[in-house]
Amino acid sequence: MSLGSLSLSTPAPVGFGEKIWRINWGLVLVLSAIAAVGVLALYSAAGGRLEPWAGRHAMRYGMALGLCLIVALIHPKVWRWLAWPIYGASMLLLVAVDVIGKIGMGAQRWLVLGPIQIQPSEIAKVAVILVLARYYHGLTREQAERFVYTLPPLVIILAPVGLVMVQPDLGTAMMVLLGGAALLFVAGVRLWMFLGAVVAAIGCLPFAWSFMHEYQRKRVLTFLDPDRDPLGAGYHITQSKIAIGSGGLFGKGFLKGTQSALNFLPEKQTDFIFTTFVEEWGMVGALVLLALFTLVLLWGFSIALRSQHHFGRLVALGVTSMMFLYVFINTSMVMGLLPVVGVPLPLVSNGGTAMVSVMFACGLLIGVNVYRDAQLPLAR
Amino acid sequence: MMRYRKGDNERSSLFTRRALLLGGAQVALMSALVGRLYQLQVLETQRFATLAEENRVNLRLLPPPRGLIFDRIGQPLAVNRNNFRAVATSDRGRGAELLLDRLDQILNLGEAEKQRLLRELRRSRNAQPVVVRENLGWEEVARLEFNAPDLPGMFIDLGQTRDYPEGQLMSHIIGYTGRVSDEDLNGRDDPLLSLPTMRFGKKGMERALEDDLRGRAGAVQVEVNAVGRVVRELDRNEGQAGDNALLTIDLELQRFAADRLAEHQSGSVVVMDVVTGDVIVMMSTPGFDPNMFARGITQGEWRDLLEAPERPLHNKSIAGVYPPGSTYKMVTALAALESKAIEPWTVLPCPGFLMLGDIKFHCWLAGGHGGLNVQGAISNSCDCFFYEAARRAGVDKIAETAAKLGFGHSSELGLPGESGGNLPTRGWKQEKYNIPWQQGDTFNLGIGQGYMTATPLQLAIMTSRIANGGYAVQPNLLLAKAAPRDELSPPPTRETPAAPSLRFSPQFINLVRQGMNDVVNAGGTAAQLRIDAHGKLVEPQYRFAGKTGTAQVKRITERERAMGITQASLPWHLRHHALFVCFGPVDTPRYACAVIVEHGQAGGATAGPIGRDMLLETMKRDPSRHTDRFKKMASL
Repeated sequence: MSLGSLSLSTPAPVGFGEKIWRINWGLVLVLSAIAAVGVLALYSAAGGRLEPWAGRHAMRYGMALGLCLIVALIHPKVWRWLAWPIYGASMLLLVAVDVIGKIGMGAQRWLVLGPIQIQPSEIAKVAVILVLARYYHGLTREQAERFVYTLPPLVIILAPVGLVMVQPDLGTAMMVLLGGAALLFVAGVRLWMFLGAVVAAIGCLPFAWSFMHEYQRKRVLTFLDPDRDPLGAGYHITQSKIAIGSGGLFGKGFLKGTQSALNFLPEKQTDFIFTTFVEEWGMVGALVLLALFTLVLLWGFSIALRSQHHFGRLVALGVTSMMFLYVFINTSMVMGLLPVVGVPLPLVSNGGTAMVSVMFACGLLIGVNVYRDAQLPLAR
Repeated sequence: MMRYRKGDNERSSLFTRRALLLGGAQVALMSALVGRLYQLQVLETQRFATLAEENRVNLRLLPPPRGLIFDRIGQPLAVNRNNFRAVATSDRGRGAELLLDRLDQILNLGEAEKQRLLRELRRSRNAQPVVVRENLGWEEVARLEFNAPDLPGMFIDLGQTRDYPEGQLMSHIIGYTGRVSDEDLNGRDDPLLSLPTMRFGKKGMERALEDDLRGRAGAVQVEVNAVGRVVRELDRNEGQAGDNALLTIDLELQRFAADRLAEHQSGSVVVMDVVTGDVIVMMSTPGFDPNMFARGITQGEWRDLLEAPERPLHNKSIAGVYPPGSTYKMVTALAALESKAIEPWTVLPCPGFLMLGDIKFHCWLAGGHGGLNVQGAISNSCDCFFYEAARRAGVDKIAETAAKLGFGHSSELGLPGESGGNLPTRGWKQEKYNIPWQQGDTFNLGIGQGYMTATPLQLAIMTSRIANGGYAVQPNLLLAKAAPRDELSPPPTRETPAAPSLRFSPQFINLVRQGMNDVVNAGGTAAQLRIDAHGKLVEPQYRFAGKTGTAQVKRITERERAMGITQASLPWHLRHHALFVCFGPVDTPRYACAVIVEHGQAGGATAGPIGRDMLLETMKRDPSRHTDRFKKMASL
């Protein structure tokens, strides 16, 4: 199969102007609003300065947005064709990270390639979505419902999950696992298989416990009872809850958050940026931010439902689920509903790789809308 | 076309159903987040707001400056000096060890000190800072400040340390301060005392005036960050500095006493104002440097102080007890006169010894004085006269008179550790030894030996009460005290005692004083001390009266005497104590002085010259009347 033969089979090519018009500019606006919240929160986290986070965050978003629009204008058939190469590359990188992590010291999650650091697990998130979408695009409903056809996706999901767990990065592993599960669900995998998987997972829990690192066990125990060690491992959760709770309905005011300014909040610019923001802007600010994210989700579902091709549907839903998992895991974590697992809040937390991978994914999502009526061959 | 669409409708409808289901689940979970927000930010916001405030705001006590102590003319005796110290706040457990390790690299704390600090840090309540090291030098401060980013929880604090500019000279009177002990807390609930940087008076006036000198705690509300570093001050209440105090001591005269005592290993001088009871000099040698305690005494230094045979930590003026010896004869004389056991003209024989049963009681003059009346007996310190006078007066009368003159009980000067000496009575002996009082005990008591002991201060009190004509003056070390913003000045001087009369007959008091005058000025036992001796009459207004005394430490037996053992040949610690009491001017007495030179052998020869010089110097300086020497606090 070649690119050339595919392009010949596209019946009604869409003009460039039409493509631009089909970009979900409303969604772009919502994403930009979320990034703006990030700039605001990071400005405050730095004590009212653009340095060292807010300014760079804005710049990064600008560049990531450019990437997003370029990705959106690339035909899905290209992504379908690139799915396996991307997946393969991300797996190689994950192995490389694990190996270097073993040789070097302790937990390592990124690779340094010249001037940039890349976090292969972020690429893996997108790669899994693309590969699964491609896989199920080529299956009929009947095939999708059969158990044998569910085995390859399981391998596709569990391979990166395993490699990420080794790093160890519990948060990303959970995201890949749950994101993959969401795709299998909408692709038509039978419900009893999910039930079976849940039962198997519970059965494996004691086994998993014995394989967990000391600090991971501590996090789980601390999550179950934050008062167990209020000055040690429970400190982060406790201080985060204090910050959010003390924000109240309307917050303490911009730049007036005491918990973050006085460093009671750990990781205030990354994983706990939601707390930093909510302490100052209160429940009102939190609701606005969650509403923006919900808008992104709704947009994502609507794009998924309107796509004429299965690949697009699955990609859109995969991206949307990934977005949801980011937001839900991060905010639940800082509010003490989930253990602290180290998942950033997309477009708000400081950090380049997550920003690029999220905007890349959003580009794919918008691309699904731009090429919603494209026709992709079913061939495997 | 159908190639792409084949079977797509089926899976599309399944996708739509399941996507809606998934979307519904996601929206439901997002709502759960809103519910959690509501719980944290609306229902429990009050509690979290309080917790955030507790995190942020730290109330710290401000130790007030300790009150200053001056001598009677306003010369500083105890002041405060700025002290840069490194303090650390508890850094939620694990950080403390790391912090101490790093501090160790800069300050060389040592392992034991690190462990102690770690314990203190773990114990410290409400993140109260713990002192790591005091009295930092400039270089240390600079190095700590330079490394401050790596030392979270450590900060440099400007505190105050006590400084004693006169060192040894005032050591026994001023005392020193130290860390607050559990015993110190007894009955005091001042929150200041829980501050680890707080110091508490341990000895001397620092102890006696502790509750006045300490002042009232101020407080500062500070905003702190997560590692306890102060970000800014929110509110401050300065508290109140401790009261300042003027002592009755005259620093120059105290220095004079020290100089005069310096030639002897160990001794004590007390000078009192006989009208007001002001203690003008109270010197005990050797002393110690109280600054050692202020900066932190080492174990070696402490052991040296404890083990020295001269007992430098001991204030001999109030805690050293000695048999008063012949200086006690005035008491016996007064008791005998008051009880009419003798009349002023009664002459008692002195053949050189008196027999009691088969025990021989010697007079110091081997050949005896022949016969003397009471005035002559005091002047010549005739032992035989006082054996007989004591026998006639009886132990009860002597004890009663001695108690009136200040013996047998503490004067309640206020300094910790004051002893009351021992005034033996019939009941006391019965209780202590379960033996009835013997006639021989009365003989011994009559010349101030045996069970009788007294402190140098008590000798000064006795002399004062005789000198002022029989008024019960109380010794007193505190001239005035005032809050720091009020003026601190000495009270106007008095010319007549405010103390109640002891109801001695003025005639008898005069007779005793006359005897003491004769000791010095009419060829008595201290005739060599007469100020116009050798024909050089100078300043007759400073003529004084006195009484010598020698207190037996080891009795030299007949056998030893026969073997040629004399006082001078005994080891230092077995020789007699030398005593001298005196007052002057002889016509209008104002100052009394008591001197004891430990193991100084003979009162007249060793203690006498010190007493005379001390008294002369005091009379010339006349500290009681010269308040114009007083330096206003403002000039300090």
